[in-house]
Amino acid sequence: MKSLILSLFFLACFSVQSSAAVNNSVRIKGSDTMVNLAQSWAEKYMEIKPEVFLAVTGGGSGTGFSSLISGTCEIAMSSREIKEKEIALAEKRGIHPYEIKVALDGLAVVVNPQNPVEKLTMEQLAGIFTGAIRNWKELGGHDEKIVVLSREVNSGTHVYFKEHVLRRGNPQGTEEFAPSALLLSSSQAIADEIAQNPGAIGYYGMGYVCAKQKAVLVAKDAKSLYEAPTIDNVISGRYPISRPLFFYLNGSPQGMLKDFIDYCLSGDGQEIVVKTDFVPLKR
Amino acid sequence: MRKLKEFVIEKLILFCGLASIFFVVLIFLFLLKEGLAVFKTVTPPQFLFGKSWYPISEPPHLGILPLILGSLMVTLGAALISIPIGVACAVYIAEVAPLKIKEILKSGIELLAAIPSVVLGFIGMVTIVPWIKSIFHLPTGLTALSGAVMLAFMAMPTIVSIAEDALYSVPKTYKEGALALGATHWQAIHRVILPAASSGIMAAVMLGIGRVIGETMAVMMITGNAAVIPHSILQPVRTLTATIAAEMGEAVVGSEHYFALFAVGIVLFVISFIVNVGADLFLHKKEQ
Repeated sequence: MKSLILSLFFLACFSVQSSAAVNNSVRIKGSDTMVNLAQSWAEKYMEIKPEVFLAVTGGGSGTGFSSLISGTCEIAMSSREIKEKEIALAEKRGIHPYEIKVALDGLAVVVNPQNPVEKLTMEQLAGIFTGAIRNWKELGGHDEKIVVLSREVNSGTHVYFKEHVLRRGNPQGTEEFAPSALLLSSSQAIADEIAQNPGAIGYYGMGYVCAKQKAVLVAKDAKSLYEAPTIDNVISGRYPISRPLFFYLNGSPQGMLKDFIDYCLSGDGQEIVVKTDFVPLKR
Repeated sequence: MRKLKEFVIEKLILFCGLASIFFVVLIFLFLLKEGLAVFKTVTPPQFLFGKSWYPISEPPHLGILPLILGSLMVTLGAALISIPIGVACAVYIAEVAPLKIKEILKSGIELLAAIPSVVLGFIGMVTIVPWIKSIFHLPTGLTALSGAVMLAFMAMPTIVSIAEDALYSVPKTYKEGALALGATHWQAIHRVILPAASSGIMAAVMLGIGRVIGETMAVMMITGNAAVIPHSILQPVRTLTATIAAEMGEAVVGSEHYFALFAVGIVLFVISFIVNVGADLFLHKKEQ
């Protein structure tokens, strides 16, 4: 009997403690592109503030917004801006989405260093990746077949590239990657294939580019300047294949949430952005 | 008391015996339940004979013909390479090799079977892929042929060990009879032993092919995964298995894409079921 009371007592203590932990926990959900970044922020932040518990899960930007609206997460990560429809849905549930830009992301288009092609316009890129342009000759290179490399369809980067380069940001667009495009399972696999194949072209986060690949200069259209995927060009918005990464909250951040977001935007937080191959908001 | 113990043990063994069948049935029912839902959005002919696979587009294109042909192309290539080598190897081990070499060869083959497929895939990626690219002057070495060569290595242990068993179980008297009638060693193998063991060898081949069709990791790493209808073995292909493995992780549960991947699983299940039943028929023919 005594032991039963004792164990009940412990149970009570434990449950009080765990409910306190719930109050101290923040659920972060959304964009798969941002999962690693948010996870790194969360880990470092929990080292500084061990009493706070941050849970990061992916699922895609859309999943993030729907959980924010249904109240199953405190922070939604998104690699796109919230849609009108989603704002209307949120307001109906009494949720007021508040947007905070936390980092930038730039995609480099890479070729083998032996390839003489140095620069491409967005239109030419769309042509290459949809299969309309098949030979490097048409772009001023050698007479060689273009081998198009892409990430697998499960990748957020694949979707972003399709929507912003192939479809030029037109939501009604129907352009698709050429069926002959090789779908590789990681950025590393694309980097390896580019390094050994003079006819290949691919894309990935600009942090991945090294001496074995060459990042081409990209122009918005034939009249614009060709820009290199550098941190400065992404910050200034001159490099065309880049996008902001957002956190969305219900109302402006208060208390614990504000503290965490201040950390993300601080010098230390933006340092982590660089380490995870993204681009900080400013130098 | 003894009777009770006997009864309990008997029932326990019965349960264990039935468990495996029970699991297979459960898996099959689950596959059917999840996979057949895709036919709310596409008709079976559209699914099986559709030529484009863009599962995450709006609306999705869910045609798996390129995937089926990709799997068949890789499997056929692997079969053409592994069957002659595998059967010849089995003949050598069973009939020709001296005892010592026989032991070494057998353990070597077993070792080949023990190499994880992801390791073979990785080796293939850094060796076979560049070779094939430079030998055939291709734009890329990530082709069906690279996959076929690598899978041939994987099918070989199955083919050799089962075919060798079949050859070994041919009664000694057959060989002795042939030799006594004045046949040479090769004539005895070629005209008497191989035909006598033919059904067992067919079963070995079928089981080897079954292994190839189901293989995922190595093909995903070296066949390029382009969902295009292949016109030659020197083109990149996307197989059924690689499609499931690459896409399942991110498919939204309950979406058309998710159901389509389960339907791809049903197609794979049916193909390997046919191959296994084929192997079984050959094995039973041998027993009669």
